[in-house]
Amino acid sequence: MESRSMDAEIASRTEAIVGRLKPLEGPLLPILHDVQKEFGYVPKAALPVIANGLNLSRAEVHGVVSFYHDYREAPAGRHVIKMCRAEACQSMGGDELGERLLGLLGVDWHGTSGDGAVTIEPVYCLGLCACAPAAMVDGQVISRLDEKMVTELARAVKA
Amino acid sequence: MSVKIYIPGDSGAVALGADRLALSMQKAVRAQNLDAVIIRNGSRGLYWLEPMVEVETETGRIAYGPVRASDVDGLLAAGLLEGGDHPLLLGDPEALPFLKRQTRLTFARCGITDPLSLDDYRKHGGLAGLTNAVAMEPKAIVTQVTESGLRGRGGAGFPTGIKWNTVLEAQAPQKYIVCNADEGDSGTFADRMIMEGDPFLVIEGMIIAGIATGATKGYVYLRSEYPHAILAMNRAVVIAREAGVLGASVLGSDHAFDMEIRVGAGAYVCGEETALLESLEGRRGVVRAKPPLPAHKGFLGRPTVINNVISLASVPVIMDKGADYYRDFGMGRSRGTIPIQIAGNVKHGGLFEAAFGMTLGELIDDIGGGTATGRPVKAVQVGGPLGAYFPRELFDTPFDYEAFAGKDGLIGHAGIVVFDDSADMLKQARFAFEFCAVESCGKCTPCRIGSTRGVEVADKIRDGIETESQITLMTDLCNTMKFGSLCALGGFTPYPVMSALTHFPDDFRPTPGMKSPMPQAAE
Repeated sequence: MESRSMDAEIASRTEAIVGRLKPLEGPLLPILHDVQKEFGYVPKAALPVIANGLNLSRAEVHGVVSFYHDYREAPAGRHVIKMCRAEACQSMGGDELGERLLGLLGVDWHGTSGDGAVTIEPVYCLGLCACAPAAMVDGQVISRLDEKMVTELARAVKA
Repeated sequence: MSVKIYIPGDSGAVALGADRLALSMQKAVRAQNLDAVIIRNGSRGLYWLEPMVEVETETGRIAYGPVRASDVDGLLAAGLLEGGDHPLLLGDPEALPFLKRQTRLTFARCGITDPLSLDDYRKHGGLAGLTNAVAMEPKAIVTQVTESGLRGRGGAGFPTGIKWNTVLEAQAPQKYIVCNADEGDSGTFADRMIMEGDPFLVIEGMIIAGIATGATKGYVYLRSEYPHAILAMNRAVVIAREAGVLGASVLGSDHAFDMEIRVGAGAYVCGEETALLESLEGRRGVVRAKPPLPAHKGFLGRPTVINNVISLASVPVIMDKGADYYRDFGMGRSRGTIPIQIAGNVKHGGLFEAAFGMTLGELIDDIGGGTATGRPVKAVQVGGPLGAYFPRELFDTPFDYEAFAGKDGLIGHAGIVVFDDSADMLKQARFAFEFCAVESCGKCTPCRIGSTRGVEVADKIRDGIETESQITLMTDLCNTMKFGSLCALGGFTPYPVMSALTHFPDDFRPTPGMKSPMPQAAE
């Protein structure tokens, strides 16, 4: 019963987003971005509403959601760390720092720690390649990461 | 008049503490009741000096860097506002060798002006190109761009004017300009810097493209990994619209042009133009077969110009100063300037705009100052994750589209990533396959499956299992991917792999007993 009323809530809030963005040319990505902003992820219950609003099949919408790395099918942890794994960061020891961070948090890439404190995601380039290694923590960019900073970061997000 | 203190709002500077610094400066200025204003400019692109603070004094701008928030009191006590002496004093920024040796046409204003001040933009030569363009026939604009020799700066190097001409000649009730700002290549950040540091330039370039081709609507497809650029571009569009630069009457002329910023969703393949169009239309970013060309059937099936950010940002100066002015820079068929991004394990990393023709060695050793770690340079990857690894033996290669192609490499978006001698080139080759597997859109079998097979083959080589036959297999796999993929993701992944294999064969054949791929430091 509770989940049904939650679904209804999701549906009505999604409907408002669809109604607002539908007039755009190619509205699906902007809608999904706003849905994710609204709920922190793209809930399953939102998909039929979007499909209906845009005259698409539910499968088509699901196909789009699952194609893009940004869209989450479940809520993220309280903090989100996006660690760059691309070449420029590799050249400055990014791989080792990434492994270290995973070890400290006890999660794998794309994982969320058991206490729900943090989700860690790989990202392929933040454009901070001249001051690598770089990461984005809750939307804030940080660069020239070293062991000490990574250790502090792990402590801060778990606190 | 208040003294102007410039603290970059560029995300590279922010990642190094520029926001905290600006906050401290603001507090100190207020507490000490100083007559000064803080302007968040773009970055000059000297990232080892960021955050680089500049003050406007009577004798010109004086720079300090790298400045931390904790340096503020000391700087103010040393007379920052008058350009006073301090251990962080750099002097006239334009006299710094890294800047002095550049030819800044596209990045002329970046790091100098307030990115969101249209007045500043005008005062520093902005809108001069557009002002000329609104009074010209579309065909004449296209001719000028063609004669400038400008080629696509996104990587493919296709002549911009020819692309525009195709769209100009296409008949349709609605045409579009799409700016490809999905700058996903590691080692590249020129698009990001210009969007954050001089967003009106991108807008001006798009409007000129619109007038030249008869397109009245533009989209910037901007990657979600660039939140600062998204914010700057969105704000700039609103300002440009309010000022009548965008809208039903561009600069009071009969031309209409408006635009929107669209945000990507973390798919590298959407940097490929047809995948980008699919994504913009709201579908999976799956590559389309060409023909039809986007110039004939692009966004929503209508004629569309798709240009990279830097291609579009290079147009205003061509319309302002003429095709000859631009074309006179460069070499061979690579005309004008190119914003080269020096990144990775490098001492002096940043943005270096120069005429085509400098050698790779000059850029790495001379301009970049060698590695950040102080160890010898082993390899440099030019052109992003799909670009070749170059060994020192090829450092005499001039920065030129054809010269790089001649060495089985590519310029791409002109990013250079430097690696020191601790790099394991087998590991880099494996990563190239791994990245391709993560980002493949899945349309072409060689890319979708070959990338995963490539990872497996690399692992076998690493473990010393049938090394020679696996190397043959890897070579064969690269050949299949190169000729059997529609776009550059599957088609160019062989570049990093084969260049690593060709130039660093020892890394693929570990000596028995020397299993550790990472040489330990002497100390």
